Amino acid sequence: MPEPLLRVSHLTKKYGDAVVVDDLSFAIAPGECLGVIGPNGAGKTTTIRICLGLTGADGGEVEAFGMPMPERVRDAKKRIGVVTQFDSLDPDFSCVENLRVYGSYFGLPRATIAERVPRLLDFAALQSKASARPGELSGGMKRRLSLGRALINDPDLLLLDEPTTGLDPQARHLMWERLQNLLQQGKAILLTTHFMDEAERLCDRLLVLDHGRKIAEGRPRDLIAAHLESDVVEVYGDGAAAAGKLHGALAERVETSGETVFFYLREPKRLLDALASDHSIRYLHRPANLEDLFLKLTGRQIRDDS
Amino acid sequence: MPMLVEPYAAPHLTSRFWPVVMRNLLVWKKLAGPSVLGNIAEPLITLVAFGYGVGSLIGTVADMPYVQYLASGSVAASCALAATFEGLYSAYSRMAVQKTWDSILNAPVALDDIVFAEMLWAAIKALFSCTAILVVIFALGISRAPSMLLALPVLGLAGVTFASLALVFNALAKGYDFFTYYFTLVITPMTFLSGVYFPIAQMPDWLQAVAQVLPLKAAVDLVRPLVLGKIPADPLLPLGILTAYACAGYYLALVLTRRRFFG
Repeated sequence: MPEPLLRVSHLTKKYGDAVVVDDLSFAIAPGECLGVIGPNGAGKTTTIRICLGLTGADGGEVEAFGMPMPERVRDAKKRIGVVTQFDSLDPDFSCVENLRVYGSYFGLPRATIAERVPRLLDFAALQSKASARPGELSGGMKRRLSLGRALINDPDLLLLDEPTTGLDPQARHLMWERLQNLLQQGKAILLTTHFMDEAERLCDRLLVLDHGRKIAEGRPRDLIAAHLESDVVEVYGDGAAAAGKLHGALAERVETSGETVFFYLREPKRLLDALASDHSIRYLHRPANLEDLFLKLTGRQIRDDS
Repeated sequence: MPMLVEPYAAPHLTSRFWPVVMRNLLVWKKLAGPSVLGNIAEPLITLVAFGYGVGSLIGTVADMPYVQYLASGSVAASCALAATFEGLYSAYSRMAVQKTWDSILNAPVALDDIVFAEMLWAAIKALFSCTAILVVIFALGISRAPSMLLALPVLGLAGVTFASLALVFNALAKGYDFFTYYFTLVITPMTFLSGVYFPIAQMPDWLQAVAQVLPLKAAVDLVRPLVLGKIPADPLLPLGILTAYACAGYYLALVLTRRRFFG
């Protein structure tokens, strides 16, 4: 592995007695997309904030571009772009002014900013909205403007905290396309997300966090292969619970969530034959995916402690 | 891991504060039309109505026509009010509501730079509104003394003082409502105790003693003679009072803001 852009070692953060980041270690290589997934309150945002020197850690080390943090945070931030979970665009400024003013915080020369702004508007697909204020933009446009703003300093590393939360499918796909474009340009991305399809599509490597601890790390396909059976059969309908009991022996693992029964298995044929004759149910056969992995590792109970 | 920010450390400033001042100026320019109109119309109406209206009833105050007394006091009071308003409501909007500070902190700009920029900007904005009043005073012929120009640096210092004090309360605020206390319990009584609208000579001795250490009283003592073409008799004490409040207020605002952000 080449020298990492960001290296986090044995990071620990407590709020009172609650441990929100627990002995967390990971690294991001140049050009890599690392996905951080985990339930609400898993410590994703806190970890990003510590990496940016916005929250103090109780233990461990963070190194960005080989520089110790938070001592060299100012130098490190020159090479980092950030998109936060909630938009913090300037409501009084047009898209162009948002980009221009943000560039001034980096001490960039006017000429550099003037040259980058039209390219970033283009990148964010906001050419026609150059003089519109954030209040006049859709959710997807605002997120793309936030992404464009995070690129004003031409960063090597992007920290994106749930960049597509709240977007409609069209806007998400456009955002994904833009992120893939950035990866092709060689930028490294740390991405937190609740969307497993997003993580699977974009990320080279995933970090699964729960209660501040790393509970799994690896390539999405490898993680699925290592932790899960290859196939899933989901059963719905009045007879689902009964089918779960009746055919449980045909699967490696059976899970019930509400009215739905999930069969995890490697050889689905016998189960599918058995279900085909049962008219009190509907079912879906599909390959195991990241969402199954996520639910297996972090459980199905709702987390409200964000 | 070392501490993020030592809350009691001396201010650590870099040139990066300047883009933050420029940001606020750019927003102000967009809204400048109504702002400048208000800055001129408000004192114009007040000075004409009260200065000439009430002035015709009471004649002279402290050996000068009432309109002169009121106008010269109003300049200092408006400076305090404008800096306070910007350091409370506007700074709080940027800090807590719009999350402007948070987005700036993701760039290589430190919290110390932001607090300094907000303080400086509030003082600059206060100077804008004082200048508008001085123009009105000049236009109405209440005073045409060249020493009015010397009042500007003093008003700049007073702006810094009141901006710093406001930022202390900004750092403590949990919502806009909190600022009502500061206006009602601090700014309004201070205005009445500082000889802005009427002399304090007839007040009880102890109240007059309190007034001597108020920053607005210090500002009025300096600004009133300068606006009316005189040199302040004893400028060092009020200058010292303003400077002391400015330094203490700014440092306290910085410490409290650091604690708010990096607790």
